[in-house]
Amino acid sequence: MKRNVPLMIALLGGLLMIIQYFIPHQASQDVFNYYTEWAPLVGAFALILGVGSITRVHVHKIRARAPNWPYSYAVLLPLYLMPVFGLMLPVIMGGGTDGPGFFDFMYSRVQIPIQATMFSMLAFYIASAAFRAFRAKSALATVLLVTAIVVMLAQVPIGDLLGRWLPDTGLWILRFPNLAAKRAIELGVGFGMLATCLKIIFGVERGWLGGAGE
Amino acid sequence: MLKHLELLLLVAALPFGTAMAQTASPGDPGEAAAAVTADSLAAIPTVEPEVAAPPEVGPATVLTIQDFPNDAGDHLILSFCESPNPECVLGYLVMRRTPGAPDSLGGQWAAVENVPAGDPTEIVDGYDPDFLVVPGTQYEYRVDVLTIDGRQIEGSAVAADFTPRGELFHTGKLKVLAGCIVFIGLIFYYFKKAQMGHELYLRPIPGIDAIDEAIGRATEMGKPILYVPGLSSIEDVATIASLTILSRVARKVAEYQTPLRVPNRDPIVYTVAEETVKQAYMEAGRPDSYENNSVYFVTDSQFAYVAAVNGQMMREKPATNFYLGMFWAESLLLAETGSLSGAIQIAGTDAITQLPFFITTCDYTLIGEELYAASAYLGREPKQVGAVKGQDACKGIVMAFVTIGIVLSIVDIFTGGAADPSKSLLLKLQGLVDVTSLE
Repeated sequence: MKRNVPLMIALLGGLLMIIQYFIPHQASQDVFNYYTEWAPLVGAFALILGVGSITRVHVHKIRARAPNWPYSYAVLLPLYLMPVFGLMLPVIMGGGTDGPGFFDFMYSRVQIPIQATMFSMLAFYIASAAFRAFRAKSALATVLLVTAIVVMLAQVPIGDLLGRWLPDTGLWILRFPNLAAKRAIELGVGFGMLATCLKIIFGVERGWLGGAGE
Repeated sequence: MLKHLELLLLVAALPFGTAMAQTASPGDPGEAAAAVTADSLAAIPTVEPEVAAPPEVGPATVLTIQDFPNDAGDHLILSFCESPNPECVLGYLVMRRTPGAPDSLGGQWAAVENVPAGDPTEIVDGYDPDFLVVPGTQYEYRVDVLTIDGRQIEGSAVAADFTPRGELFHTGKLKVLAGCIVFIGLIFYYFKKAQMGHELYLRPIPGIDAIDEAIGRATEMGKPILYVPGLSSIEDVATIASLTILSRVARKVAEYQTPLRVPNRDPIVYTVAEETVKQAYMEAGRPDSYENNSVYFVTDSQFAYVAAVNGQMMREKPATNFYLGMFWAESLLLAETGSLSGAIQIAGTDAITQLPFFITTCDYTLIGEELYAASAYLGREPKQVGAVKGQDACKGIVMAFVTIGIVLSIVDIFTGGAADPSKSLLLKLQGLVDVTSLE
């Protein structure tokens, strides 16, 4: 029962979605819209489980005095204080999401800069990864290095100054060899996705069932 | 001397200036009235102000109203004939109403489309969310002309002689249907073949072969294994493929008694991953070894998740990191930090833009479809292997078409088809197998 009911739902739902793709009738569109509207609802309820999980992990750390346990407070306090500031405290006390209250301050002056900092670190990581990737250790690595230099110079004004052939070559690399490789991967991904979907619909693939699959 | 000369000239000019000013002065109404006598008034012909009559502008007429093909019955195609005086026309207003309906339900004329002069005179009605076409409703149209002098000339109303209805099959997707039938047929053929005991060969993939080795390394070092199931939701096929691999990894981990860490970004993925790992421990016969906090939810914020996982990597120094699933900008942040921490790293994703980052920083990378094939490789169940062979056969068909396309394009160069599209064999083939109708 625990296994068969989800498998039947997946089979019926999967077949329904395949069939409705070929039927443009309003009834078919209504079924599709009704079906897909459920996904955000399920997600909203699952978020409660997620918050429960993170709370459980960090409360356990604090109780067990695990290594770095004080940092768990840095997770739990904002996790529970932000909804209090946003939803429970009146604006006059610095709460609310509309006015320039404490919630707004924490969001725009703390959370957004922290996220931007994490994202901006990517530039340094790219430089570091590029240095590692473009070391000419073999003939193929040398080809990669030369290609990368041509493509990079083709994207910047100095490439045009060095010669018109440089942007043209860079564009040719992007348009033909690069695009051919991308399309080959995309084709494989497309078939892989289709095969996986069919395996799920027909019950061959049961990993998504969690513990009920076997 | 010079000053005196200037003064002399000014005095001499003064009488002339005064006389000129007096004759040109309009400020004396008495003199002006005296100058205009009754005789002179009679001599001047009466001139009426001339107001130009507006040019005649002929109306626009509705030519045809047709049902839009392959829709839900919520679009109509309307074509109209332009005004015979296009030089006076600014644009056209396509008006619509539902005859007999109350005003609140579209009984009044409403402008559903504004067509500037010179634009195509065939329009599709139903895209505007404010004026949706309701299936099963009969509409009446007229086209008003907007002239350049600001007039609106009404056209004659034409009622559609049908009601729009949705179709039961999208004829434009016939090729897609044919492709699906071939694909599903091949998959089932190989399912059957594998079940009948035929040995199906799968080429070895180093990244999958290295999974056991990576788990063994972590066991020897006594350090945990970090498994990141991507940052996407459960609807993503890559996430489902990742959870299948997680099940196999968790079984091995349970056998070897190695700690496992599975941080999650999506709460639904978290619940499924937790159940998957629990079940894997049970199957390995070690349900008591399962740690409650080994699978956990972190946050749904992308970079906060990265910060948490990177922090864990630097503090706990896992021996093996798996990044399998869907990734975006965080891929390099995760993999580079993992590389700095000294872990052996196995990645796999179908995100083409992130593949170079994983290839650069990880020891093994499952590229695109290899992620989907991994569960078949790890389990070696006949149906799973059959599915992989089925998709390989489909790729073979596509490769055959690509080869034929290359040959035909070379032939076109020699036969003149490259210059003249009507002679092109390649274009004829493209017309046969065009897949751009896929949505």
